[in-house]
Amino acid sequence: MKWDVIVKWLPKLLEGAYLTLELVAIAVLVGLLIAIPLGMARASRHWYVRALPFSYIFFFRGTPLLLQLFLVYYGLAQFDAVKQGPLWPYLRDPYWCALIAMTMHTAAYIAEIIRGAIQAVPPGEVEAARSLGMSRAQTMWHIILPRAARIGLPAYSNEVILMLKASSLASTITLLELTGMARTIIARTYLPVEIFFAAGLFYLAMTFILVQVFRWLERKLRVDALQGR
Amino acid sequence: MNFDLYGFGPALLAGTWITIQLALCSLALGLCLGLAGALAKTSPYRTLRWLGDAYSTMVRGVPELLWVLLIYYGSVGFVRELGEAIGYPELELSAFSAGVLALGLCFGAYATEVFRGALLAIPRGHREAGLALGLSRPRILFRLVLPQMWRIAIPGLGNLFMILMKDTALVSVVGLDEVMRSAQVAVTSSKQPFTFFMVAAFIYLGLTVLSMLILHFFEKRANRGFVRSAA
Repeated sequence: MKWDVIVKWLPKLLEGAYLTLELVAIAVLVGLLIAIPLGMARASRHWYVRALPFSYIFFFRGTPLLLQLFLVYYGLAQFDAVKQGPLWPYLRDPYWCALIAMTMHTAAYIAEIIRGAIQAVPPGEVEAARSLGMSRAQTMWHIILPRAARIGLPAYSNEVILMLKASSLASTITLLELTGMARTIIARTYLPVEIFFAAGLFYLAMTFILVQVFRWLERKLRVDALQGR
Repeated sequence: MNFDLYGFGPALLAGTWITIQLALCSLALGLCLGLAGALAKTSPYRTLRWLGDAYSTMVRGVPELLWVLLIYYGSVGFVRELGEAIGYPELELSAFSAGVLALGLCFGAYATEVFRGALLAIPRGHREAGLALGLSRPRILFRLVLPQMWRIAIPGLGNLFMILMKDTALVSVVGLDEVMRSAQVAVTSSKQPFTFFMVAAFIYLGLTVLSMLILHFFEKRANRGFVRSAA
């Protein structure tokens, strides 16, 4: 192991790690916003409301993220309508493509978490709210969603960590996030073991920090106090 | 849209077959590693427990893609030295075996947790009953604990297999001609990226549905004789 090489390229790797965090943060936050209506519709009692979110979730959970990235980055260029459209400056930029693909991907997973969480809210609590005269919308907003947020939080933290690791795929569409940066450095130094090892340590450190953050959030939201019904 | 896929149909089919082989080989390696990891984690020896912990934490904290790249590019020097030592100087790790090693390693790390949970779900009394009957420790493991553990572990392992199936696409990055890469090759000459990546997407969806069906069969088989409680 040549430790001095790792130290020398540390600033560049940090730069990559920063981009990784940026991609993941935007994807999981915007993904959450998309996933909330999606998950609510998925938990609906009417089949025609369920059908669309179901097929969205089925497609995005059933195919690899790598493929989704390629579909957005390379695939859309097949259509002249897209190339002449107003969004083309964004859709040919790997940064935006990675964000779009990752957000849509994670939204499908988070929607499934939200569906599970909504369905896990004890029916007695929903009935209690309704019998107190709350409307359906009020029940959703004041009772079901806050309750579901706490039920789904541990699963959401898992998803964030999975996305952190999945973000390494953005390197395949030329983005210089942590893995991409590592590959670029290796192309110059020919030291795959050292540099990938260092990148791996960065990922481990980021995972560790995220786990701590979510642990703090779970304490803050008193998730454990609500588990025993 | 052209329905014979510009003559790339057979190539995509061949890619699908390689994807299936890759997934099954990684599954076999991952199950062994996962079982070993779970036994290590639940063993009475502290060193083994520490090893199991280190394995599952380290591997799960690093992206699968990084493992694929690390094993494929990182092993070059080591494998060459090994080759020279045993008299095959041009020995190298193929993309397929690097993929199996990387994906098996990752599957094993997650499977460790699934198996551990399942092992802990077996009542202690069963093990003690085995001891009281004079069975040896390996016999208790293979005849009493493992057969019961499967039933509990299968749903978790099934989820992991679905993830593994999709992770096989990562091995295309180091040049293995599986579905993803055959689609890429088709794209370079046909200039129809959306069409071919969509075809690949439907192949993956098909494989997912197929493995769901097979899993359902296994789950049913493992659960025969058990009545689901009305919860």
